Formats: sequence, structure tokens, C-alpha cells
Amino acid sequence: MKLIIAIIKPFKLDEVREALSEAGVQGMTAIEVKGFGRQKGQTEVYRGAEYATNMVPKIRIETVVSDDLAPRVVETIAAAANTDSIGDGKIFTLDVGAALRIRTGETDDTAL
Amino acid sequence: MRLLTKISVFTVAALAAAPAWAQNGVEAAEEVAAAVPNPGNNAWMMTATILVLLMILPGLALFYGGLTRTKNMLSTMTQIGAVSALAMIIWVVYGYSTAFGPEGNAFFSWGNLFLAQTTTDSTAATFSDEVISEYVFISFQMTFAAITAALVLGALVERVKFAAVMLFTAIWLTIVYFPIAHMVWAGGGYLFEMGALDFAGGTVVHINAGVSALVAAMIFGKRTGYPKEPMPPHSLTMTMIGTGLLWVGWFGFNAGSELEADGTAGLAMINTFVATASAGLFWMLTEAVNGKKASALGLCSGIIAGLVAVTPAAGNSGPFGAICLGAVASIVCYYAVAFLKPKLGYDDSLDAFGIHGIGGMIGAIGTGIVYQPMFGGPGDGSVAMGAQVWIQIVAVVVAIVWAAVGTAIAATIAKLVTGGRVSEDAEREGLDLAEHGERAYNY
Repeated sequence: MKLIIAIIKPFKLDEVREALSEAGVQGMTAIEVKGFGRQKGQTEVYRGAEYATNMVPKIRIETVVSDDLAPRVVETIAAAANTDSIGDGKIFTLDVGAALRIRTGETDDTAL
Repeated sequence: MRLLTKISVFTVAALAAAPAWAQNGVEAAEEVAAAVPNPGNNAWMMTATILVLLMILPGLALFYGGLTRTKNMLSTMTQIGAVSALAMIIWVVYGYSTAFGPEGNAFFSWGNLFLAQTTTDSTAATFSDEVISEYVFISFQMTFAAITAALVLGALVERVKFAAVMLFTAIWLTIVYFPIAHMVWAGGGYLFEMGALDFAGGTVVHINAGVSALVAAMIFGKRTGYPKEPMPPHSLTMTMIGTGLLWVGWFGFNAGSELEADGTAGLAMINTFVATASAGLFWMLTEAVNGKKASALGLCSGIIAGLVAVTPAAGNSGPFGAICLGAVASIVCYYAVAFLKPKLGYDDSLDAFGIHGIGGMIGAIGTGIVYQPMFGGPGDGSVAMGAQVWIQIVAVVVAIVWAAVGTAIAATIAKLVTGGRVSEDAEREGLDLAEHGERAYNY
């Protein structure tokens, strides 16, 4: 099993979710986050007082999938979230040790 | 309140005598009848009074609250509500007596504590031979005292103890607001007799509140972290809602200050539209000229600056004079808050001085110009423009000095008695939790 973490632009969330459903992903978690990479923040001005906000709002998606499905999931997210511009985000893939569905007690791949 | 004459009190005894006079002739009966308030004027003034209350809660509370940080939202709104409530109580106990009492000198008055001399038959004179019920006049003036006290808080939010705010308000109303209101608006008042024009309170409310805010901000000190840490407004949506409520309520404030529902009240109404519209646009234009984006807060700030500037001019200007006045006030206020404030380094947190103080001064002095008939104003030209502007400047200077000295005394006493500021930890945590034990938002 792999944990796939993707940081994407907030407005891309729906597109990514739909693409992942079509690719066979059963569930995911989305979190509103702030951060920065190469895309630095922007300047906000309130009555002449300037604040450089170096944190940009993003969405972080997490989903755990079977080893077979993982490469396709990464491709799908990359395709759906791409706008060819700075700040599109990143995708990380991590190994997962175990999974358990609380209601039924199913484990690992059957629990996903 | 532009030329308020003596409050005339018709006692029950005088009315009881009416039937006897009536037997002597119809004319005598008509004389007594003339003192009866016109229900139309009374109804308008009751409405205007409630509109001014709308300016405070929720108008000013949302306007100021949105500009503070999330952790101080409730503290800001609670202070505004509590200070206004306190002002109302003090007003009927001795405030009205001190500002508009039956006996007095050039600086304050006395003789109507607890409104003991006022009955339902008492009347207050307007500017013609009409009268309105004195209880309505007292209520209308009460809301002015309340909003002026609340405006000062804009410079003190996010750091001053609730107790300090309350004590400061009580002393400040007593030694600053009541005397200035008397000087400008009451018959026999120092600035009133000098011929200063102040239709709805540019001097009494805005210059007074703005200067007091500046002095109090300097005495209580800067917020911890100012100006190094970012302190952006937490909700400009609420600020925009508050701005709208303030603009609506301001029609009660300005058009109500005519004390009658007549043509001058209509003039004050249209000026309150156009000066404000002009100021809102000119603030955004000034931002654009300075290479910034035309902002929502800019629109709101311009609207308030325009409302402040047109306050003394509302019934003393033609509509085009009001448009010019709004534009000038907006531009000057922009530079005051965007450049002057950071340079001088004081922490007037929500720009009570930058907008109410500076805008009030532009409005008060500008009123001497736009009043002239050559600019479409309602003046008859009997006082030359130079002379009128000079009287306006003298009134502004008197208000500045009185407000500054009185506020220094009030703020120092409040600081010594209560400790003034919350602890640094409490300030970091936010005054909502530290002072009131609540959070504005529980997600």
C-alpha cells in the first residue's frame, strides 16, 4: 500500500477528485493548508500598510491505495492538477505499513 | 443643531392656565398652541435618533470589529456596546444638564440633574418657531454622546483593559464631551456665540473623538508587536457591512440635526449621499495614483472620511460643494493614514484620528468655504468667507486643545486606577478570552 500526498492549487480540487474516482480510488482526505515553495506569496495592502504574505493557500490531498494502483494515481493527479504554471504543487508517495476498516475489521488492501 | 436657541420649558402650570386666556381672545389661545410640537417633526426626530443608534450597534461595532484580529473581535464590539450604554446612563444623570441645562456659562451648564425639570410637555426649540418634545431632543443628543465615546475606542482596541475603557469613558464624557457639546451647540456656548458653523457635529463629535483617540493611544501605548508584526483586518466583509450601516444611520445623524423634517433636512440628506459617494471613489483613485489596487477597505475608508467631512457641512453646503469637500477630505485622510501615521509611529489602531480627526478638521474648515453663496451654499454672504473660515479655524483649535488636555487627564487617571493595559500574555492570547472569557468564533 502507498500513501499518496499531493499539494495542489485549491481550485483544482474538484477536477482531481473526479479524475481519481474514474481511476478507481475509493476515498481521499482533503485539508486546507498554507505553505510556500518557489511560488512566493503576494503582497496585501490595508490602508497603505503592506504585508508580504509568504504563505500561499493550497489543498493537501491524502489517499492510500494498493501498490498496483499507485503509479496510475500519481499520473492522474499530475494530469488533473497541471496548469503549466508556477505553484501547481507536488506529489509524494510513501509506503504504508497497515490499514484497518473500523466497522468490519477488514485489513490492508481490502480495507481501502 | 446649527443655531440652537434656548430650550424652552412649558410647564404643566402654564398649560393649565390656557383656558383662562382663551376666554380673553383667540390670539392668546393660539400663542399657547404654538408651543405644541408638530407630530411630523417629532416622528422624524424619533426615527433619526434610532438611526444614530444603528450607527453604533451594530454599525460601528462591525466596522471596527472587522478591522481587528480574530482574537479581539468580541472585545472590540463589547467595548463599543458597553461604552455606549454607560454614556446613555450618564447622559440622563448629569450629562444633558451639563451640556444643555437651563442655567450655564460659556463652557458648561447645570440645573437639570436626573432630568428633574423635564416633563412630557417640555419642548426644545428648533431653528424656526417650531418646537420638538424635549424627551426626543434629549434622546437624540444622547446617541451623539454615545457614538462619540465609542469612536475614541478605535485607537485603543486590542490592548486596553475593559475596566480602563469604562473608567476612561466616564471621565472623558464629563470633562471633554459635555463641555465641548455645550460650547458648540447650546445657546450662550463659547463657540456658538462666536458664530462657528457645525451642522451635525464635525467639531463636537469627529475632531473631538479623533484628537482624543490620538492622545489616548499615545498614553496607553502601542500594541505589542506593532508595527513589526502583521496585524491585518480579520474580516473586511464585516467592515463593509458596518460601513453600510454607518452610512444609512448617518442620515439620522446629519438630516436629523436640522431637528425638523424640512427642506434643510433634505439638503443635509442629499449632501450625505454625494459627499460620501465622492469620498469613496476618491480614496480608491488616490490608491491607484500611488500605484496600489483600488481596495475594498479603501472604499470603506473613503466613505467614512466623506461622512465625517460632510457632517459640519451637511445643511451648510450645496451638493456640489459637498462633492468637493468629500473628495478633498478623502485624499488628505489617505495620506494621513498611509504616510503620516507610519512616519510619526503612534498606534492609532483603526485610524480614529487619521479619518475622524483629520476628516473632521477638513470638514469644519471647509464648511466656511462651501457655505458661501458663490459656491452654491445656503449662506447669505453676510459674513465674508475669510472671516467665516477664521471663525471655523478658531473653533477647531479650541476643540483640539480642549480634547487633548481633557483626554490626557482622563486617560492618565484611568491608567493609574486600573493599570491600563492587559498583560502581554493576555494581549498575545487575545482580549476576547482574557477579558470576556469567550471566543468570537467557535468552528
